[in-house]
Amino acid sequence: MPDRSPRVILGWLAGLALLAGLGAGFGYAPREDIQGNVQRIMYLHVPAVLTAYLAFVVTLVASAAYLGTKRLGWDRLAAGAAELGVLFMGITLLSGSIWGKPTWGTWWTWDARLTSTAVLFLVYVGYLLLRAAVEEPERRARYAAVVGILAAANIPIVHFSVKWWRALHQPSTILGPQPAPIAPSIKLALFVNVIAFALLFVYLLTSRVEVARLEEEAAR
Amino acid sequence: MIAYARRAFIVLWKDWLIERRSKSSLNAVVFFALILLFLFQFALGPDRERLHAALPGLLWLGFVLAGLLGLGGVFLVERDNDCWEGLLLAPGDKSAIYVGKLAANLVLMTLVEAVILALFGVFYGIDLYAVLAPLAAVVVLGTIGIAAVGTLFGAMTAQVRSRELLFPVLLLPMQVPVLLATVSATEVVLAGRPLAEAAAWLTLLAVADTVYLAIGLLTFEFVFDA
Repeated sequence: MPDRSPRVILGWLAGLALLAGLGAGFGYAPREDIQGNVQRIMYLHVPAVLTAYLAFVVTLVASAAYLGTKRLGWDRLAAGAAELGVLFMGITLLSGSIWGKPTWGTWWTWDARLTSTAVLFLVYVGYLLLRAAVEEPERRARYAAVVGILAAANIPIVHFSVKWWRALHQPSTILGPQPAPIAPSIKLALFVNVIAFALLFVYLLTSRVEVARLEEEAAR
Repeated sequence: MIAYARRAFIVLWKDWLIERRSKSSLNAVVFFALILLFLFQFALGPDRERLHAALPGLLWLGFVLAGLLGLGGVFLVERDNDCWEGLLLAPGDKSAIYVGKLAANLVLMTLVEAVILALFGVFYGIDLYAVLAPLAAVVVLGTIGIAAVGTLFGAMTAQVRSRELLFPVLLLPMQVPVLLATVSATEVVLAGRPLAEAAAWLTLLAVADTVYLAIGLLTFEFVFDA
């Protein structure tokens, strides 16, 4: 298998980067003054949400490329990215909830960012459910591509609607993120983790696409 | 362009005739709306204050739920007697069929919404006449958004198993912005405040409608197949 080795290397790179991220998050980065150790959830939370958005962009581009070229490779890419996007969105919501309990005093609040993240999560779960419901690969690819494009176009609309919805209901939320400047060491630790997550994403995505390709080959 | 509009109109006219003669969807949906009204009342209790505070949300929940029933079925009628193939064989740009179906959906939804509104006026004692014009603007903008996506997804899910489940699961999260905007704007209108206070929401609705319509027109040919 000639095309296997680059991915294996990528996997090792992602693993090493994640280890470095753990080290940076727990060892190098200082204990935050106000929140304490709980703040370290950020090193999981922020990279996860950034990766999820990256995944949805990949889904958008691959969906449009599929409709343009009708090559199933693009569809496999779109599907793999959407799956990972939902996974990382899920991690974002879970870690955010765990972070929110000790710092905000509640598992969930209808804050603008939380709400729009949850809505996007549901939109892309719908995308995956649609894929599961259509059997023929070619038709599934077409339907999914249309939903993938519409879902991405909807992201800014969801963002603004939810933002205004909160702004109009209560003057200013005390739960919002503090605009306090970020310490350089925390920033560096965050950066390492973002890189690690991006590598992990590319590794998982290429693996998922490869598995999907082999599945289709086996089904033929 | 004229041929395109004519093709769209033929689809609209055909659906209108089917609906007028069978009344299959309209009857059931109007009755469903009446049941919803009763359910809202039972769920919230007799407290007038509370009902009035929740009114804009209830109204749009009614519109969306009634819309789900109507929208999901508009392509189903084509599955009988090979009508689907007939539509596929129609010459020219496929998006004309989308426009026609969308128009049919809009007519149907607007009728149902008018009935729901009248019922709301009667049961919850709101003076609709005074706010009719601004309310109509909000309702039309919101309905276009729901119908634009609903028509596209309706064509998709008509061919898919577990359709009854999939259609709302796809459509509802996608429509969260429309729901937020319409409910907030309706709140402004029902409170008797000027429509200008809801200008941001109306702009958002107009942008959302444009985006949904553009994507619907461009991608319908990929969704509508044998």
